[in-house]
Amino acid sequence: MVIEVSHLVIARAMFGTTMAFHIIFATLGIGIPFMILISELMFLKTKDQDYSIMAKRWTRVKGVLLGVAIPSGTIAGVSLSLLWPGFMEVIGRVMALPFQIEIYAFFIEALFLSIYVYAYDRISTKARIISLILVTFGALASAVLISNVHAFEGTPAGFRVVNGKIVDVNPWAAFFNPAFFITAGHVSLTALMTGSFVFAGTSGFKMLRNSPGSRSYQFHAKALVMSLILGGVISLISALSGHASAQYLYEYQPEKLAAAEGLFETQSHAPLTIGGSVDPEKQEVKHAIEIPWALSFLAGNRFDTVVRGLNEFPRDYWPPLFIHTMFNGMVGIGMYSILVAIIGVYWLKFKKKTVVPKWMLFAFFLSAPLSILAIEFGWILACTGRQPWTIYHILSTADSVTSQQNLGILYLLFILVYLLLGIVVIAVLYFYFKRNPLIHELSGQTDPDDKNYPAH
Amino acid sequence: MYGLSLTDEILGITLIWGFVFIYAVMGAMDFGAGFWSMIYINRDKTNVTNIANRYLSPTWEVTNVFIVALVVAIYSMFPRAAYSLGTILLIPGSLILLLITIRSAFLVFSHAAEKYKRLLIYVSGITGILIPGLLIAVLPISQGGYVIEQNGRESLSLGLLFTSPNVYAFIAFAIISSLFLSSLLLADYSKTAGDLRAYGVYRRDALITGPISLICAFLIMVTLKTEANWIYIKMMDNLPLLITSAACFILTGALLMIPGGKGLKGIPRLAVIVTIIQFLLAGFVYGRAHLPYIIYDNETIRTGFTDPSSFRAVFIVYVVGFAILFPGFYFFWRLFMRDRSVRQTD
Repeated sequence: MVIEVSHLVIARAMFGTTMAFHIIFATLGIGIPFMILISELMFLKTKDQDYSIMAKRWTRVKGVLLGVAIPSGTIAGVSLSLLWPGFMEVIGRVMALPFQIEIYAFFIEALFLSIYVYAYDRISTKARIISLILVTFGALASAVLISNVHAFEGTPAGFRVVNGKIVDVNPWAAFFNPAFFITAGHVSLTALMTGSFVFAGTSGFKMLRNSPGSRSYQFHAKALVMSLILGGVISLISALSGHASAQYLYEYQPEKLAAAEGLFETQSHAPLTIGGSVDPEKQEVKHAIEIPWALSFLAGNRFDTVVRGLNEFPRDYWPPLFIHTMFNGMVGIGMYSILVAIIGVYWLKFKKKTVVPKWMLFAFFLSAPLSILAIEFGWILACTGRQPWTIYHILSTADSVTSQQNLGILYLLFILVYLLLGIVVIAVLYFYFKRNPLIHELSGQTDPDDKNYPAH
Repeated sequence: MYGLSLTDEILGITLIWGFVFIYAVMGAMDFGAGFWSMIYINRDKTNVTNIANRYLSPTWEVTNVFIVALVVAIYSMFPRAAYSLGTILLIPGSLILLLITIRSAFLVFSHAAEKYKRLLIYVSGITGILIPGLLIAVLPISQGGYVIEQNGRESLSLGLLFTSPNVYAFIAFAIISSLFLSSLLLADYSKTAGDLRAYGVYRRDALITGPISLICAFLIMVTLKTEANWIYIKMMDNLPLLITSAACFILTGALLMIPGGKGLKGIPRLAVIVTIIQFLLAGFVYGRAHLPYIIYDNETIRTGFTDPSSFRAVFIVYVVGFAILFPGFYFFWRLFMRDRSVRQTD
C-alpha cells in the first residue's frame, strides 16, 4: 500500500511538473501575440514607428518561446495517455471533442504564426494583422478547449455510469458542461492579463535601467502606458470572472471552496479568511485575518447564505488544505495588478508625467513575474483542489494512473530536460537582445542578425 | 477473415492510418532536413545548409501538429486501445517526447543564438534523426510478442524489444528512409530555388540512401517472416501491390538519372511524387495486414472502439475542421513551397 501511494504521488508530481512548466509558455503564447497585435494596431493608428519596433522585437521573443511552448505542449498532450490511461479512456469515450477541435486551433496558430514570422515582408499590413488575429484566436481557442476538459473534470456531464460501464454518451452535452463558460472565460482573460503585465513589467525594468529623457526611456514609456491601460481593464474583468468562478465552486464543488477558504463548519454569515495556514487538527486557520460575513456574501450575494464546511464531507474527500494559500496568492496578485495599473495610468496618463519614480517602476516590474506566479497558483488551486478525483465523484486519481511502476527515473529525466530548457531559453533571449540592442533599431541601423534570423 | 465493408471502425482506423502516413512522410522530411543541415554546416561556400533550413523553419511546427493529431485521433476513436498503448508505451513514449522537445527547442534556439549556432544545430540534428528510429519501434511492438505480464500487470519487455532483429530492421529503415525522403525533397526544393550546387549534393544523397532504404525494407520482410509470421503471411496476400511499390522505387531511380532540362540530370518533382506513392502502397499493405488488430492479439479495432455517438460527433468535426482549414493550408503552401517564393533569397 505504501508503494501504491508513492507511485501515485510520483505520477502526479510528474504531470504537475509538466503542466507547471508548460503553462508558463502556453499563457505567454496567448498573451504575447495579443500584445503584438495591439502594438501593430497602435502602429496602424498612430503611424508611430516605435509600435512597429515593439511588435518586431516581441515577435522574436515569441519565436524563441515557441521552441519550448510547442514541444512542452506535445509532452502534456501525449503524457496524459501515458500517465493517466484510465482517465483518458473515459475522456476518449465522452469528452474527445475539445481535443479534436483543439487540433484545428493548433493548426491555425502554427500556420499563421509561420506566415506572420517568415513571410512578414512578403505580405501586406492587412494580411499581417489578419495573421496575428488568427494566431491569437488559435492560441485562445486552444486554451478555451483544453480548459474545457478541466471544466468537465469538475462538472462532468453528458454520460452515465451503470455497473461500471459508460452509457448514454452525449458528447456535446459533455462539451457544454456547466463549468465550461466560466472556466474558459477566466483562463482566457487571465492569459491576456498576463501578456499585458509581462509587457508592463519589461518596460518598467528597462526604464529603471535607462535615464529619463533618453530615447529608450521614451520608447518603453509608450509600451508601459499601452500595457497598463490594457492590463488594468482586463484585470478588472478577470476579477469579476474570478468571483463568478468562486460562486460556481459554491454550487458544484463545495469541498473545494471550503478547503480554499479554510472553512470547517457549515454556517450562514460565514467569514472570509485571508492569509494564515489551515490546521486540520485544531480545525482553524492560524494567523489569519477574518472578515465577518464576507464569504457568505461572496458565495451567494447574501449574508445569510449557508456555506458548507469541510466537516460535511468524509475526510478522504478533502482536497489538500494548502490550496487556501494558493487561493490567497492568486487573488492577492490580482488585486496588486489592478492597483499598479490604476497608479500607473493615473501618473502617466492623467498627470501626464514623463518621469516615473523608481519605486513605481519597480512595482511595475514586479507585476510581470507575479502575474505568471498567479497563473501557477490558480492552476494548482484548480487541479489540486479537485483531488482525490480526476473526474469529480466519478473517477478517482488512483484509478486513473498507469499501472507501470518505477516512474522515478523518468521523472528525473523530465526535470533535467525542463531545467535545461528553462536555462537555455533565458540564455538565448539574453544573448539575442544583447547582440541586438533596442538602440540599433531606434536609430535605424541594420540588425546584424537579421540575415540569420528570418523573422524580418 | 473479414471483409472490407465500410464500418465506423474501418473509417476510424483509416483516418488514423492517414495521420500515421502523413506524419511519417512529413516527419521524415523534417527530421532528415535537420540532419542534412547539420552535415553540411561546414561547407561555407555552398548553400546546402541554408536550403535545408529554409524548408525547415516554417514547416516544423505544422509537422509537429500532426503527431499530436495522431495521438488525439487514437484516444478519441479507440480509447480502449489507447489505454493499452499508453500503458505499454510509457517508457519509449516518454523518451520520444524528450527527444522531440530537445530537438525542436534547439532547432529554434539555433536561429536566435548566433554565437552557439553550431553546437545547437548539432544537438538538434542528432536528436532529430533518432526520433524516427524510436517512433517506428511502435510498429513491431504492436505486432505482439514484447508485452509480458507481471503480477497481473502488462508491461513492455525492453530486453525482448532490443534483442529483436525485426525491431532493428524497422529502426534502420526509419532512419535511412528519413534521409532518403528528405534528400529527395530537398533536391526538388533546391532545383526550384535554382541552386544547382545544392541540387547536385542532395540528388547524390538520394541516390545513395535510396537503395539502402530498399535493403532495409527487405530486411524488415525477412525478419517479419520469423518474428511475426501472421502479418507476413497477410502482407503476402497483397504481393502485387508490394511489387508495384518496389517498381516505383526503380522508377524513382530512373527519374533521377534521365535528363531533366537545363542540362541537369533528373526530374526531382516527379521522383518525390513516385516515392510517396511507393511508401503509400507499402504502408497500405502493412496497415491492411495489421487489421483487425491494433495490438496483436489483444486489442482489435472492434474491442477498442469508442462510443458510436462520440464517433459521429468526432467524425463530423474532422470533416468540418479540415474544410475550414483547407484555405489556410493552401495559403501556407503558396507562400512557402511554390516556385516564386522558394526562389527568393533570405
